[in-house]
Amino acid sequence: MNRREGEGCSRKKVDSAQEMSANSSSPVIAAFRVFQQELDAKHDKYERLVKISRDVTIESKRTIFLLHRVTNVADTEEVLNEAEGKLDGVRQKIGQIAEELRGEDIYQFHRAFTPGIQEFVEAVSFLHYIRHRSLISLEEINASLVFMRTEKGSVEAAPLGAHVLTFQVTPADYLLGVADLTGELMRMCISSVGNGDIETPFQLSQFLRQIHDGFSFIGNTGPYEVSKKLHTLRQSLGKVEDACYTLRVRGSEIPKHMLADLFCSRTTHMDTEEGVV
Amino acid sequence: MSVTEMFSYIQGFLSADQDVREDIRKVVQNLEQTAREILTVLQSVHQPSGFREIPSKCAKARELFCTVRTQISDLKTKFPMEQYYRFHEHWRFVLQRLAFLAAFVVYLESEALVTREEVAKILGIEVVREKGFHLDVEDYLAGVLIMASELSRLAVNSVTAGDYSRPLRISNFINELDSGFRLLNLKNDPLRKRYDGLKYDVKKIEEVVYDLSIRGLAKEPESGEDK
Repeated sequence: MNRREGEGCSRKKVDSAQEMSANSSSPVIAAFRVFQQELDAKHDKYERLVKISRDVTIESKRTIFLLHRVTNVADTEEVLNEAEGKLDGVRQKIGQIAEELRGEDIYQFHRAFTPGIQEFVEAVSFLHYIRHRSLISLEEINASLVFMRTEKGSVEAAPLGAHVLTFQVTPADYLLGVADLTGELMRMCISSVGNGDIETPFQLSQFLRQIHDGFSFIGNTGPYEVSKKLHTLRQSLGKVEDACYTLRVRGSEIPKHMLADLFCSRTTHMDTEEGVV
Repeated sequence: MSVTEMFSYIQGFLSADQDVREDIRKVVQNLEQTAREILTVLQSVHQPSGFREIPSKCAKARELFCTVRTQISDLKTKFPMEQYYRFHEHWRFVLQRLAFLAAFVVYLESEALVTREEVAKILGIEVVREKGFHLDVEDYLAGVLIMASELSRLAVNSVTAGDYSRPLRISNFINELDSGFRLLNLKNDPLRKRYDGLKYDVKKIEEVVYDLSIRGLAKEPESGEDK
């Protein structure tokens, strides 16, 4: 580049065409070729992650829909096992994410896969709640995201043998996933009343209250999205508490089979008014 | 684990996270202060008298970069190195400014485009992510683009100051930079937005060169220099 100093003065704009051809070998252009490769590699990886994340989202949503069927199916265990199977498929996908992120800073690409992970947390914690009536912990989720990769010889020249890949769900993603879970629990509560199940709504309202208290405890120290979700959480909690209230007040007056009818009409009214949560 | 326990665990994590961010913010504030000082030193090259003092200004700026290096090494101790991108937003802006300042100093000294390695060396950081606190390629490029608009200003002011040859050299330099950026496939991100501004800098400098050419001032640059 120093040659420019001497030449630059006499050089005129006219020979820019000549300059262009000389450019291809100039250090600046050579440097930018390197940047081009680096940026392209980064963008490609980002796109791949977005794609996997989208698959994770879709499959997790389907699992949640499947789990909602639990309330009106005789054999719950069968549904739960099917959901477990689906979630295993999702875990494999997350394994692919872990594979892509090997040796990378996970926060560099975090934005690409955070929606999928949140949805996954939602599905996993929903299943866990139906099975155990408790909140799945972050460690339990992370413990299920350990992958063994055995044969790598085809992709990489040196076969590394068996190695362990882990994927760590960040606390923020966990929190947001749990916030989404409350919406599902609300739906579950309403539909279980529809099936004449009087027990579940009370359990759910208690559980939701605990989660609500937890979120209030965190308040605005959490990520920005949490405060938005807290609003929806309040609405869900309100609906569930209303449902329990109605059950308590009217439960003694109305025969059980009528109660379900009464409640169904009430909830449909509420759903249209509040929109999708 | 009960719900309450789980939430207090998460809360502990979040407040630790906030503490780290607080620490980082403090250091970054100092860095911004130093960056402003360097900028003030370098701004004076736009003054008519400043053109003669370019070497001394650069030397002064280089001195200030020593402060930057200690401040950055302070910053490095504030968070675990493998979580660079988790807190990246906090220093992204100032790092781009610093990359610009380093590039500007190097340009004023040698009229060459600073390499990413040189910037990293001036700032006392790494080029590759694996080795620690590094200069992200996008931040480097953003810094170079800031320099481009600074140079378009410099071209105008150097004419005012009677230095008619400098705009031509700047023009060549910017053109080369422009063709370099054309090689990149930029996404629709802040870098792309900034790149979109480059064409105005190119245009501005070309106008200056044109003005000089039609007046015959560009042909004999030496005669125009009446320092």
